[in-house]
Amino acid sequence: MNYAMIIENKAIATNVYKMVITDNDIVKSADIGKFINIYTKNPATLLPRPISISEISDTSLTIVYQVVGTGTAEFAKYKVGDMIKVSPAIGNGFKIANVNTHILVGGGIGVAPLVELAKRIEGKKIAILGFRDEPFLVDRLEELGVEVHVATDTGQAGFKGNAVQLIKSEKIEGDYYYACGPKPMLKALSEHCKQINKPVQISMEERMGCGYGVCVGCVCKVNGYNKKVCTDGPVFLGNEVNWE
Amino acid sequence: MIDLSVNIAGVKLQNPITVASGTFSAKESSKFYDLAELGAMITKGVSNIAWDGNPTPRIAETYGGMLNSVGLQNAGVDHFIAEELPFIKKFNTRVIVNVAGKSIEEYCEVVKKLSETDVDMFEINISCPNVKQGGIGFGTDAKLAFNVTNAVKKVAKQPIIVKLTPNVTDITEIAKAVQDAGADAISLINTLLGMKIDVHRFKPVLQNKVGGLSGPCIKPIAVRMVYQVRRAVNIPIIGLGGIITGEDVAEFLLAGADAISIGTAVFNNPRAIVDIKNEFIEYMNKHDFKSIEDLKLSFAE
Repeated sequence: MNYAMIIENKAIATNVYKMVITDNDIVKSADIGKFINIYTKNPATLLPRPISISEISDTSLTIVYQVVGTGTAEFAKYKVGDMIKVSPAIGNGFKIANVNTHILVGGGIGVAPLVELAKRIEGKKIAILGFRDEPFLVDRLEELGVEVHVATDTGQAGFKGNAVQLIKSEKIEGDYYYACGPKPMLKALSEHCKQINKPVQISMEERMGCGYGVCVGCVCKVNGYNKKVCTDGPVFLGNEVNWE
Repeated sequence: MIDLSVNIAGVKLQNPITVASGTFSAKESSKFYDLAELGAMITKGVSNIAWDGNPTPRIAETYGGMLNSVGLQNAGVDHFIAEELPFIKKFNTRVIVNVAGKSIEEYCEVVKKLSETDVDMFEINISCPNVKQGGIGFGTDAKLAFNVTNAVKKVAKQPIIVKLTPNVTDITEIAKAVQDAGADAISLINTLLGMKIDVHRFKPVLQNKVGGLSGPCIKPIAVRMVYQVRRAVNIPIIGLGGIITGEDVAEFLLAGADAISIGTAVFNNPRAIVDIKNEFIEYMNKHDFKSIEDLKLSFAE
């Protein structure tokens, strides 16, 4: 276990924060689509908060998190210079396919890990991002040369509807798909990819306990067997996941 | 030099610290600390055939604790012997296999197969609140607890520990029944049945609706029950429930436990075993105890 130092922690949208942390071992362990466990300082909240890695530099990691409960509310109060207990990067992340056009699909806070993915993709990259009402990380993805399409449930920005509806409506197509977001989005996208016969890697969503493979709390069915989202995933092939 | 070793039913543990069933994986835990630090590892529940466990969400955090409804997901005893046992035997510590079943026959089938291996002991789980048949059903009825213990004892070649549930009116009654049936030791407590409701979604957080509560919030109940059971039976006790510090270890030993298990603490800190062990040694030094027996004998009422 390591203590990482916070070098930036600021709001980038309503209840959405960007935090940059530095620690050599943790940075070295990082890769696209992996996550870190952050432990709260409050002794009443025992479980770590698994947070996906948004960007990786030589000396730091960027995470983008949403305040959804007491743990993440605590994170939002951290100041630059604070030390936080963080696990090394965990899990199996995204693997970049050797194709021409890459489609990145993000839902809500699931957009975060797509940033580092986009940074490393060399071919054409298109992102379809769904939000409830307020988009974030759009500028960052555009800086990285990504063609970004936005959907919001409320219609406040971009297409009114969800990311998968937008893909179908605009007939956006590519050779390979990557996604992170809520389960219904992942399921709908996996079904869509199956119909158009395109591969998709999905970063699975599930409530975790330990976050490192011992409690068997966060499972999903893959090819008929329970797999641990934390250490067997979080990224699985969409066509291998058995949806309920 | 402090002697931390303890003897549980003829099996010597190099220290009284074990890791609770369901909160440990030799493969994953060994990435964070040397498993030889443990007095014994207690495996996740093993059943006769593969169990799928319960649907997700299986985890809910609560104040100072957590609920789980994993439901003893495991790949079955044959897979355990072929795929997992060779790896866990590599570490210089004792191996206690937690055994789950839905009927007496199922418990016996698992124990029979494992009796032919070199595991050190069995922990018979008659207390899981997350399986509908068996499990807790055997642990809440003195007669059934007697019957399953008696049957398992007959086929076991290694000593058996029976793990008790706190979800009963009088735990000493169950403890006495399993002692009478031949249990070599008792472990307690398993989780307390609990529930959490998401007030913004107006429904239970766990898909299974209810689950087992663990963590520091249950510690006073566990200490009380260890204390009561110590006075009801004379076989060794492995105490557990909410241990997160070295002083918590001492508290369980003072209450009457001979060894302890650390569970949920490892979710908060994957290296908790080592940290708690070091704190416990510090405690022993502070009070100038030379052995676990010294500490236990110092309890005054």
